[in-house]
Amino acid sequence: MSKMHVTATVNGDEVEFLADPRETLLDCLRDHLDLTGSKEGCGTGDCGACSVMLNGRLVPSCLVLGVETDGATIETIEGMAPEGALHPLQRKFIEHAALQCGFCTPGFLVAAKALLEKNPDPSESEIRYWLAGNLCRCTGYDKIVRAVQDAAAEMRGAA
Amino acid sequence: MAKDEITKEFKWIGTTPDRPDGLDKVTGRARYGADFNLPNMLYAAVVRSPHAHAKILKIDASKALAMKGVKAVVTRADLPEGLTGEDLYLQENTLAGEKALYDGHAVAAVAATSQLLANDAAKLIEVEYEVLPHVTDVDKAMAKDAPVILPDCADHTVPEGMGPNVARMIEFGRGDLDAGYAEADLVHEQSYTTEATHQGYIEPHAAVGQMGSDGKGEMWVCTQGQWFIRKMCSAVLGTDPAQLRVTPSEIGGGFGGKTTIFMEPLPLALSKKAGGRPVKLVMSRSDVLRATGPTASASMDVKMGMKKDGTITAAQVTFRMQGGPFPGASPVGEALSCAFACYDIPNLMHVGYEVLANRPKCAAYRAPGSPMAAYAVESMVDELCRELSLDPIDVRLKNGVKEGSRASYGPKFKTIGLAETLEAAKSHPNYAVALGPNQGRGVASGFWFNHGGETSVSLAISEDGTAQVSVGTPDIGGSRASIALMTAETLGIPYENVRVNIVETGALGVNEPTHGSRATFASGKAMWEAANQAIKEMCKRAAQKWDIDPEAVTWKDGAAHPAGDNAGQFEPMSIKEIAAEMGKTGGPISGHHESTPSGAGPSFGTHVVDVEVDPETGRVTVLRYLVTQDAGRAIHPQYVEGQYQGGAAQGIGWALNEGYIYGEDGRLQNSVFLDYRVPVASDLPMIDTVIVEVPNPGHPFGVRGVGETGITPPLPAIANAIHAATGARLRALPMNPPAVLAAIKAMA
Repeated sequence: MSKMHVTATVNGDEVEFLADPRETLLDCLRDHLDLTGSKEGCGTGDCGACSVMLNGRLVPSCLVLGVETDGATIETIEGMAPEGALHPLQRKFIEHAALQCGFCTPGFLVAAKALLEKNPDPSESEIRYWLAGNLCRCTGYDKIVRAVQDAAAEMRGAA
Repeated sequence: MAKDEITKEFKWIGTTPDRPDGLDKVTGRARYGADFNLPNMLYAAVVRSPHAHAKILKIDASKALAMKGVKAVVTRADLPEGLTGEDLYLQENTLAGEKALYDGHAVAAVAATSQLLANDAAKLIEVEYEVLPHVTDVDKAMAKDAPVILPDCADHTVPEGMGPNVARMIEFGRGDLDAGYAEADLVHEQSYTTEATHQGYIEPHAAVGQMGSDGKGEMWVCTQGQWFIRKMCSAVLGTDPAQLRVTPSEIGGGFGGKTTIFMEPLPLALSKKAGGRPVKLVMSRSDVLRATGPTASASMDVKMGMKKDGTITAAQVTFRMQGGPFPGASPVGEALSCAFACYDIPNLMHVGYEVLANRPKCAAYRAPGSPMAAYAVESMVDELCRELSLDPIDVRLKNGVKEGSRASYGPKFKTIGLAETLEAAKSHPNYAVALGPNQGRGVASGFWFNHGGETSVSLAISEDGTAQVSVGTPDIGGSRASIALMTAETLGIPYENVRVNIVETGALGVNEPTHGSRATFASGKAMWEAANQAIKEMCKRAAQKWDIDPEAVTWKDGAAHPAGDNAGQFEPMSIKEIAAEMGKTGGPISGHHESTPSGAGPSFGTHVVDVEVDPETGRVTVLRYLVTQDAGRAIHPQYVEGQYQGGAAQGIGWALNEGYIYGEDGRLQNSVFLDYRVPVASDLPMIDTVIVEVPNPGHPFGVRGVGETGITPPLPAIANAIHAATGARLRALPMNPPAVLAAIKAMA
């Protein structure tokens, strides 16, 4: 199958790559653009480890074809904060020990950032239901939820 | 809730600084198994059996090999013959020989210039099967007329007349059961079953392997133990372990499932056949669920006798556990040893059967065997307590083991903290919350032995007085932080001045994996010995400079000091000063220690859970959850809490949702996360924790492993809570809505 040329904006930079029509956006990010921060935990949209923002919408990048993203704007974990800085969520995840193995962490951070952009003051329940598409097998979610609550409070204070 | 009087003597231990690998892990920079690539690399795909049990008549790879870009195919014929015992089973599991033994069993592997090409080529490898009768259920696998999985699998322990799939029988006990039951006011006997569950780490297995025709190789792999990978891959491939260098990547969870090999020899075998080009192999989620280590499924009988005052007079269990198609994988031995480990019971009997079935080869899963045993025994204790109207915590305090008790599995316990966890649970506010309609509270305790294991650690002082520690136990849940804290404490330097590196197999002697809750215990203990060697050397350098006896120098707050007034009057010499001059005063300063440490103190825990059961749907909601567990000493309390919370969440999943579902055809029906449903954030409440600290005398800082015990009590605690809420006793897992609803209806 012949490959297709794709131009997209990823984390603010214009990128080009050749995608086989069978390759997912996750494959393209990881294998063609060397952006390996997005992880494949399932390949079926169930675990959320590959979460990215596609044209402002939170998606599992394993359920998007790479060739669909021509002209799209994509944000990944690598673009979560300007170089050298950390997003409050990233800082709070470290402070609260909200990660153990860390494999699901990029997906959680991207998803939590999307939540706080929509809802700066989510309840515990809203956080838990928003993040229900992200699986973590290490933490039992307790410290993740607290980190998101704390980051939200800090961001509200700063706003 | 660490006890202040214990932790205040430390400067660093018990604090909660940011973990050293935190920044890499929140920015996506940390490199996990599938994130690693090499120049000129090939990609692999695996052909797996769609049958639970089938003779392999013929494998034809000619069409695949004819494809442009396909570089190598391996089948069992490419692996050496003549292996025996566990090595043979590892090889059989890597690639099926005469028979495929379970749905998902690997049959062939192919390497090509792209992943898509490798996937296409795998589809063109034709395998001809003769399907055989299969068995996946443990009780059916025990039967005399069950399909034979491995001929003559029974060892000398199995009595005549058992079924063909019973590989081992274990029997031990003490006292006089009949006399014990005669003393009891109430004797109960029940059977319980648990379904197999998977460790469910979010990172699928991934490896890049490279091996030349000379048998020298390298591998980059996500694993709990790089030396185990080296030993097992070498055994399967017939190569020398010392010629294989294995570098562990960051690891995306393991829980025991990454202590062994599944597909790891395949990239090496393919590489060797493809002229030494490196080969990458990453499993899919479906491959992981079908063909990597779940835990055993179990069928268990329990009998116990209790007096009216709560004294347990006698108890016995018979456990049947299938561990897949090979002997040695079922955790039935551990399950028996854990069954009554929380109790001091004079009259005991344990009988266990290890059973083969057409399911994937079991791997360790967090406290292997203990959760199933606890489900049966702790449910039974609860049944007796309720019938005799006794408080479940009081009964456990009355019968619980303490220092000096003879463990149900043999040895005498040293200092242990079961009673302290029970007291902590009893005095916790959660235990006093008033419950509403359809709500119930459950209590259970749990145990894990903990493990020392082969350990080798090096510590080197850098030119600026900072320290690097090389350890062989991969960091899965914050062990770099705990080891850095203990190093800072020992050397008397800031936490930030320590770097802990997880090193490859060429850098240290053999280390067992991060398993058995041993990383902070064993690598920490070895680090302490190594650091003390370096301290001794630094004291010697100061003594040289001061021209006094090295024995007259002591180490305090990161500096050498004269030991007393008699030693002479000298300004302390800091680690910085000593390190800056070490090249001129005798060369590099380091410490090294290797041993197989004993004294890994067991960790006991007690859980209290409140649930609400919807009487119309059978859905169980966990309202609040409390974990109390003995950590010995919490080095980094946040990561200790994390172990407690994570263990509880996995146990809750095992209790309520998770379980392997096999069809009549012997195929796994739920091999994706949508159908194999692990707990998600909206399923759980916050998980409250109490860190009990009864220091372990076997560790310089009192550490006990904390990783495993936490998965054990949730299974029975939730069953006990459901009973309290509904009156229905569920003696089979998972207790999902249909099962709970059926149990409620059966009472009406």
